[in-house]
Amino acid sequence: MTVDIDKTTGPADTPPAGPEAIKAIPVRHYGRYVSAVVAIALLGAVVYAFSQGKINWGAIPDYFFDDRVLSGVGKTLLLTALSMAIGIVGGILLAVMRLSKNPVTSAIAWFYIWFFRGTPVLVQLIVWFNLGLVFEYINLGPVYRDEWSDFMTPFLTALLGLGLNEAAYMAEICRAGLLAVDEGQTEAAHALGMSHAKTLRRIVIPQAMRVIVPPTGNEVINMLKTTSLVSVVQYSELLRVAQDIGQTSGAPAEMLFLAAAWYLLLTSVFSVGQYYLERYYARGSSRQLPPTPWQKIKKNVLSLSSRKGVTA
Amino acid sequence: MTENVSKTDTSAEHSVVPMVKAEGVHKSFGHVEVLKGIDLEVKTGEVFCLIGPSGSGKSTFLRCINHLEKINSGRLYVDGELVGYRQKGDKLYELKDSEVALKRRDIGMVFQRFNLFPHMTALENVMEAPIQVKGTSKAQARERAAQLLDRVGLADKAGNYPSQLSGGQQQRVAIARALAMDPKLMLFDEPTSALDPELVGDVLDVMRDLAESGMTMVVVTHEMGFAREVGDSLVFMDGGVVVESGNPRDVLTDPQHERTKAFLSKVL
Repeated sequence: MTVDIDKTTGPADTPPAGPEAIKAIPVRHYGRYVSAVVAIALLGAVVYAFSQGKINWGAIPDYFFDDRVLSGVGKTLLLTALSMAIGIVGGILLAVMRLSKNPVTSAIAWFYIWFFRGTPVLVQLIVWFNLGLVFEYINLGPVYRDEWSDFMTPFLTALLGLGLNEAAYMAEICRAGLLAVDEGQTEAAHALGMSHAKTLRRIVIPQAMRVIVPPTGNEVINMLKTTSLVSVVQYSELLRVAQDIGQTSGAPAEMLFLAAAWYLLLTSVFSVGQYYLERYYARGSSRQLPPTPWQKIKKNVLSLSSRKGVTA
Repeated sequence: MTENVSKTDTSAEHSVVPMVKAEGVHKSFGHVEVLKGIDLEVKTGEVFCLIGPSGSGKSTFLRCINHLEKINSGRLYVDGELVGYRQKGDKLYELKDSEVALKRRDIGMVFQRFNLFPHMTALENVMEAPIQVKGTSKAQARERAAQLLDRVGLADKAGNYPSQLSGGQQQRVAIARALAMDPKLMLFDEPTSALDPELVGDVLDVMRDLAESGMTMVVVTHEMGFAREVGDSLVFMDGGVVVESGNPRDVLTDPQHERTKAFLSKVL
């Protein structure tokens, strides 16, 4: 069906099947060629500069799959997953509390969000770490009793610090999602005799998910990188491990590049996951879904081959 | 006209307690007084039509009946019980949310904008409330929902999502959804106003069928033909008060008040 318009700079639109298809010379975008050349030249210059620097690049592949590095990557992923879990559950809870008619719960949620959003997460981590100054012992009666410093391991510090902070951000995302659901939905559910809790769980939250999921994916990627902050509370995640190896092996800068490469790799994988998750939740809407990269490639290859067929 | 005979029979059978009774109902939104003292009675088994220009307060009054809006003064009774409050001596106690929800089970409501749950199929929309509110088993709810969809002429659309249905079909699903709770009273808030003219007929047919089965219905509408043909009583509201009421055929053909005459001359 495609007409062989010369050159393929424009998008491969299928022209309307008229009696005679239009054959026109497309607009030439000379600016694009020029800017592409400039961008490639700049990139080349930067790469060249780095390759000439006093950096032992060979050390990076040597340590890339080192056991210590892999264990650091594992801990980073574990911390990301668990703190996001705390963040999401806490966030939904806080959002519902914030929107509640009950002034007490609403005020508590407001205060929580105000506090945890208003202080830097790095400061929160250090405070959790040093809370032994305030609470010498942790005493839950007959259930549990220990010294604070034994109770608050680096892992727990990291988890609480990141998770509780994330909950405050997730609360705002969830609140936006809940508010985005049409009020008529709540009215219809109430008119049927459904309780507030059931209306929320069965009607409002499932519809809010479509609004909540995309920014949550963003938060996951953010969290993955933010875990690098917990190196300050002695938790041996990726950055901490890389720094430790750097000090003992005498290649500190190289190990930082190694860590950066790992973070980039992980966030790339997550980005792909996020893309497909968003597609999944957009299914209910009448809007047509954008093609996946794979579908795009397939379509381009197909139209290319059919175009060849026409010209041949 | 045979249907009228049968309907008057059913209403005569019932006790003298009216299904809806309003005594001096006032409602304000901020400083704007929307209802300025409404007195009316809806008898059990009758089709009660509310007409009037937009902003006259008819939809607000309808929403007060199932306590989606709180009234500011006056008394509103459904089936002999106060709406939203409990009276002990001369004191009124606000009902808890759960008590309000309990009363709403018996009152079905159909909205102008359908308000179907978009993440559920037509069948699931109808099944939802019986399962969640009444604790009906899934199998039972499914069977009943299928019956109701068949009754509104949509048996073949059970698996469709609301976005895959036309406005008229969505509204009929919404009626089936309300009926699934076996209400004793059905409220219709301009059920055909958001529909293409050619889809209005299907919805009115379902409502006519429902009226013939003896359901008590309060209908806010601009469909004068429906009011004349199916209605047992009609109230013309304007500016938050009842201007004129009576038998729809009398009011629509021979209005007594100037305001009613002016309104009808524009819509008929």
